[in-house]
Amino acid sequence: MGSATFRATFRIAGLRKSFGPNEVLRGVSLELRGGEVTVLMGANGAGKSTLVKIMSGIYRADRGVMMLGETPFAPSSPAEAMRAGVVTVHQNIDDGVVGALDVASNLVLDRFNGPGRGIFFNPRRTRREAREVAQRMGLSIDLKADLTDLPLADRQMVAIARAMAHKPQVMVLDEPTSSLSSHEANRLFSLIDRLRERGVAILYISHRMSDIRRVADRIVSLRDGAISGLFEDKPLDYEGAVDAMLGQSLGQSGIAARAATKPVFEARDLQLKPGATPFSLAVGAGEIVAVTGLVGVGKTLLSETVFGLQAPLAGAMRLDGTSYAPATPAAAIARGVFLVAKDRAKTGIVPDFNVYENMSLPFLPRLSRLGVTRRGTERAAARAQIADLKIVCRSERDDLATLSGGNQQKVTVARWLAQPSRLLVLDEPFQGVDISARHDIAAKLRGSAGDRATLIFLTELDEALETADRILVMSEHTLVGEHRNENVDMERLLADVAGGQVGAA
Amino acid sequence: MTEKLGMDSQLAEKTNADRPKPAARAVLPMRHLAIRYGFLTLLFGLIVFFSLATRGFTSPQAAVFILQSVSITGILALGVTATLVVGGFDLSIGSIATSSMMAAAYVMVVLEQNALVAVLACLAIGALVGLINGLIICYMRVPDLLATLGMMFLLIGLQRIPTEGRSIAAGMTMPDGSTAEGTFSPAFLALGRHRFDFFIQNLVPASVVVLIVLAVLIWFFLEYTRFGRMMYAVGSNARAAEFAGAPVKAYKIWAYVISGVFASIGGILLAARLGRGDIASGNNLLLDAVAAALIGFAVLGAAKPNAFGTAIGALFVGVLLQGLTMMNVPYYTQDFVKGAVLVIALVFTFALLGRTR
Repeated sequence: MGSATFRATFRIAGLRKSFGPNEVLRGVSLELRGGEVTVLMGANGAGKSTLVKIMSGIYRADRGVMMLGETPFAPSSPAEAMRAGVVTVHQNIDDGVVGALDVASNLVLDRFNGPGRGIFFNPRRTRREAREVAQRMGLSIDLKADLTDLPLADRQMVAIARAMAHKPQVMVLDEPTSSLSSHEANRLFSLIDRLRERGVAILYISHRMSDIRRVADRIVSLRDGAISGLFEDKPLDYEGAVDAMLGQSLGQSGIAARAATKPVFEARDLQLKPGATPFSLAVGAGEIVAVTGLVGVGKTLLSETVFGLQAPLAGAMRLDGTSYAPATPAAAIARGVFLVAKDRAKTGIVPDFNVYENMSLPFLPRLSRLGVTRRGTERAAARAQIADLKIVCRSERDDLATLSGGNQQKVTVARWLAQPSRLLVLDEPFQGVDISARHDIAAKLRGSAGDRATLIFLTELDEALETADRILVMSEHTLVGEHRNENVDMERLLADVAGGQVGAA
Repeated sequence: MTEKLGMDSQLAEKTNADRPKPAARAVLPMRHLAIRYGFLTLLFGLIVFFSLATRGFTSPQAAVFILQSVSITGILALGVTATLVVGGFDLSIGSIATSSMMAAAYVMVVLEQNALVAVLACLAIGALVGLINGLIICYMRVPDLLATLGMMFLLIGLQRIPTEGRSIAAGMTMPDGSTAEGTFSPAFLALGRHRFDFFIQNLVPASVVVLIVLAVLIWFFLEYTRFGRMMYAVGSNARAAEFAGAPVKAYKIWAYVISGVFASIGGILLAARLGRGDIASGNNLLLDAVAAALIGFAVLGAAKPNAFGTAIGALFVGVLLQGLTMMNVPYYTQDFVKGAVLVIALVFTFALLGRTR
């Protein structure tokens, strides 16, 4: 890091942006320097996405200036921002790629619109250019494959590879690892290292402490639309950055691991995938069991099997001592098995419904009389949950779309807590949720565990250590380790997660 | 759907810093009121305007006439609203209605059956076609527009086959040269011609009563029963509904059955009004009904299919056409007027509502 690289390549001063009466950015000033990774931390709703959208030309700022080197930078479209050398990889992966096209076309998609391109589509030229882009990024994906056939992680690598091909001066990465496995994340990090060496200024937005520790040269905390902290002295003060972002200190919750009283849910010799080793598992009353493991090791498959969305290849399940083989989610719900599914936007939320309608969705048969809904009952139940989980909204009749991401997630969790369950399954309940919302949800889960068995699927070890009584580790569609959450042997736990490929983790 | 997801995160960000600010508060309710009651105010304004500008627009007879003129399209529109609610679309309603009209005539005139048999046959046809539509869409994965477009063609052709392309009327000559013996039964014709007393003798036609009853039924069903709520959930996010334990395909199929049955009721009323099975009638039914349902999006700022809006949408078109007719505007401008209303309503719905939500 020579002194020459310390000049600011990108400066923001006094940036303001309002949506109607809501001032989302209240004068943000920020410098990005070439050859440095600046991590931007902020709770949900702090204004991170708005800032990113202004930098990438989707929104225009109401006030304030941006300077790229010595020239003012005020892009009126994403294409203009990209041509000027500011490239953004968005959080929502499917915003960055086109499902109807193959990988090669996706890699060179932006070149189809550049000035000076012919009218006709030349497949051979496309494939040749795509191959160059892929090689430069060390991407090993079949270029002829349809994008929709790729796993999420590979789609993201395609989006990033395309962005990299522009030789950007400034690169914005908006939570790029949220759907990557740790192996894939490592590929991304080495890519970031290479870009840093080339002198690119990188703005990296993330919730994940492990990512931040790995990549950050400096940390900027954003809170309520203004910069609340800047940390650049080595060693970086990570806790200070979290404090600045939240405006309060959150004590690490010491878990008192509880033991199960009696078994509620048992699975015997369950096989999820051809060739996978069958496994058994038991969850007891009052116990919270976390199943952790990398992305793509079968956690979601197991959660869907328990909820009746998938049938297991082999093996049997029992609930409260009787045989349990749900054919549909409705059958699972009837037996008291609830699933807070992963990816709330796709599987949880009904965007046109308000808060109470979203909460009562699975329980309408119970909440109605002769098929006629009873709104008074529904709203009272919703109000209780709103108070319980500290959901921030004006009333239970607010449209769900007006709530912040963290509060939407709380609504999807609250939905399934509103009625008593025998087995509550949660798949990544803390995804895209800030730390205080996470603590609210975890505390509620632990507080309400009672007679119920709780099974949580988590990729982040921190989250598992924070919430669970017992931690199971999954790898290659089977269970490979079990740890009681008391003086956990972290080395052994990490080795289990890495599942043989210890070097990679 | 992807559009919604994108919007979701963006809205979340936008509204999170949503703290009530006194200055901005005063502006919002005006805009809110305009969106919510704009269309109803417009309807009211039209009625006031026409009653001042023409003679006899405000009489009970004129009001009933308007209702009668929109009763059949209104019923079809209410049916298609059910399919719009589950995120689908039914293009076959117009041809279901005309097929059901032809079937009623055929059953009575050629098969010499009574009114009850004719009505039941029509309802069965509507339900069956709706069921087939639903099955094709849910299990064969044919997109809704294409499946129902195909069904529309099929039915337009099918209804001509039994009589080799002739219209059906009492005493008609059959393809084999004989004469049809049956007639339209008086009970059946009463569905189209009987008028109930309502303060004034012989005021309200049966078709208007049917329209009002069906409108109240479907409105209550969609707004106040758990089945209606689930149908909205299926239309807004089918996967979330599935994860909440709803049999998504069953709800979709039922929506098409409702749409088919409503369309066949429209066909029965059409046959009863005409007193014959006329292969040339009912051309405008589909477009008029769809227009009414889409205009309904704008009513009360709903921005989604809803039964009340659909009824108001149908009424709006009826009032406008009746008023213009009474002001001697030529009949051939009617489609233009309907189209213009539809475009304005859609712009209102998507541009205005889209920004504030």
